Amino acid sequence: MSFLRRNPSVPVFLGLLLVFTLTVTLMSEAYGGGLSTSFVKTLGKTLCLALVAVAMDLVWGYTGILSLGHFAFFGLGGYMIGMWLMYARTEAIVVSSMANAEIPATPQEITDAVGAQIFGVVGSSDFPAIWLFADSLAMQLVLVVAVPGLLALVFGWLAFRSRVTGVYLSILTQAMTLALSLYLFQNNSGLRGNNGLSGLQNLPGADAIPQSVMSVWFLWTSALALGLGYLLAAFVVSGKFGSVLRGIRDNEARVRFLGYPVERYKLFIFTLTAVMAGIAGALYYPQAGIINPAEIAPIASIYLAVWVAIGGRGRLYGAVIGAGFVSLVSTWFTGGRAPDIDLGFYTIKWVDWWTVLLGLSFVCVTIFAPKGIGGLVDLALSRRAPDRHGADLGPDLGSLREKEAEE
Amino acid sequence: MTGALLEVSGVSVSFDGFRAINNLSFNIGPAELRAVIGPNGAGKTTFMDIVTGKTRPDEGRVLWGEKSISLLRMDEAAIARAGIGRKFQRPTVFEDQTVRDNLLMALKKDRGPLAVLFQRRNAADEARVEELAGQIGLVSELSRKSGELSHGQKQWLEIGMLLAQDPRLLLVDEPAAGMTPEEREHTTSLLVEAARTRAVVVVEHDMEFVRRLNCKVTVLHEGAVLAEGSLDHVTANQEVIEVYLGR
Repeated sequence: MSFLRRNPSVPVFLGLLLVFTLTVTLMSEAYGGGLSTSFVKTLGKTLCLALVAVAMDLVWGYTGILSLGHFAFFGLGGYMIGMWLMYARTEAIVVSSMANAEIPATPQEITDAVGAQIFGVVGSSDFPAIWLFADSLAMQLVLVVAVPGLLALVFGWLAFRSRVTGVYLSILTQAMTLALSLYLFQNNSGLRGNNGLSGLQNLPGADAIPQSVMSVWFLWTSALALGLGYLLAAFVVSGKFGSVLRGIRDNEARVRFLGYPVERYKLFIFTLTAVMAGIAGALYYPQAGIINPAEIAPIASIYLAVWVAIGGRGRLYGAVIGAGFVSLVSTWFTGGRAPDIDLGFYTIKWVDWWTVLLGLSFVCVTIFAPKGIGGLVDLALSRRAPDRHGADLGPDLGSLREKEAEE
Repeated sequence: MTGALLEVSGVSVSFDGFRAINNLSFNIGPAELRAVIGPNGAGKTTFMDIVTGKTRPDEGRVLWGEKSISLLRMDEAAIARAGIGRKFQRPTVFEDQTVRDNLLMALKKDRGPLAVLFQRRNAADEARVEELAGQIGLVSELSRKSGELSHGQKQWLEIGMLLAQDPRLLLVDEPAAGMTPEEREHTTSLLVEAARTRAVVVVEHDMEFVRRLNCKVTVLHEGAVLAEGSLDHVTANQEVIEVYLGR
């Protein structure tokens, strides 16, 4: 296939992903290996984070839209699947506990009991309207795609049509994220306020399957989603569509004068990546087990941008490397496994100092190695950055900088 | 006026009280080469901004084509698709992309996102790109990143992108700026050649370059047309000499 030949990174990436997934599977507890179930879950979650990072790279690295809202779409995807998981699981428990009653429960009684179970913590027992489809897996799966997609479509249409760009657009997306998370924090938002949705690791009707096996299933599903997402992203950025996207990133006005409807391209890529983020979230949260509004807070979306920057924006594998590397290192540092450093007068505890280290490395990467970790691939292939006497590749704020470019 | 491709009439625009364009009227036919000259601040670039949709005039009409469609309600992209191509004063090409990709992007094809997503390279497009590269003398540079080209080559690439768009009207802002004499020669012939089949408006400072174009000249001053006619005719005009040539 000429597509794969033109994009050699795609088969390499897919091959490595397959090897990785196989290795983890064989080393997992379920197959008698030494990797703990929780670590397999961490790796599965990391694959989901890599998928949302690929989406972020499409929208920021390729199109120059620094969105600080993609983790909101990620969270929304998680909430949508979480609603079904929680409903179906609670229903199963309620039905089995009511089965012993002398009078068989009516469907209404069951629904009421499920409602009381789920919403008891926020002092309510009625299902809000948004739970209308919660009993249907098919409908909630549609919503995983539709809710983030529609939100991105409406938000993007309003923002891009008014030609809001650069920092202003970033602030606008961040405001959207903050508003959404503050709304979800309210008890009457219909999604259990700051309690969030929990118990998501227990798949309804799959009680017999041990978590160790389940973790491997989710690992494979996440790897499949990442592989397909990567293929899709590579297809989108190869060829003319990718040319137009990079044109918009470097010099939006010029693209417009060529006759391309820039707003529609931005809307397309913004919505597509929101859907990708939603799917990633829907796979992430069943592995995490719990979702709450704090997950959607703007800081998460900022982290997303940091991952892509550290991995190297404008190259899809850079996003994957960044998300994988940073989130795994972060797990290590914050998991208490990193040894403290005793300076005599002060002990550096990494749990507290990790964010400082992350911030520092972000600053250093941006200043000294704008290509990020992905730049190591260029070193290996001896690709060089052009000498442009300090000139960036376009007048727009999001344009590639001199050191990010390839000769 | 019948037969005009572009008809600008009674257009005015002011920025913060400064009247950049003052009751300007301008017509050009379907296959005509026209040079627009004028001192700095005469409104040459603003005129182009209005025609290409970058600036909205306060009053006046801008009509396009046989059906006399108003361009004032269209955005930049729609105007470009209607057949108006623009070359900027400073060469603006997509520096991170190869010369080939730049030309492919400019080729006249469906511009909608969904259509473009499934447009893949084909032999016809490649051949057209090769042909254009031949015209602008960049065949050997096709696979190079356009950011590496010399200033003059970038100017040509941009002219090539304009030709690839196959517009009915080309608006060219100072095409010869920063070019060597030989490069100017080449640029002149490209523009004269293009004007055989389409309308070309060249904004230029350099009188020598305008003389070589050998076409009708419109002199702008303070946002309005001061004189129009052959170069010899306008350079003989006393007003023109006072505001522009005499300085």
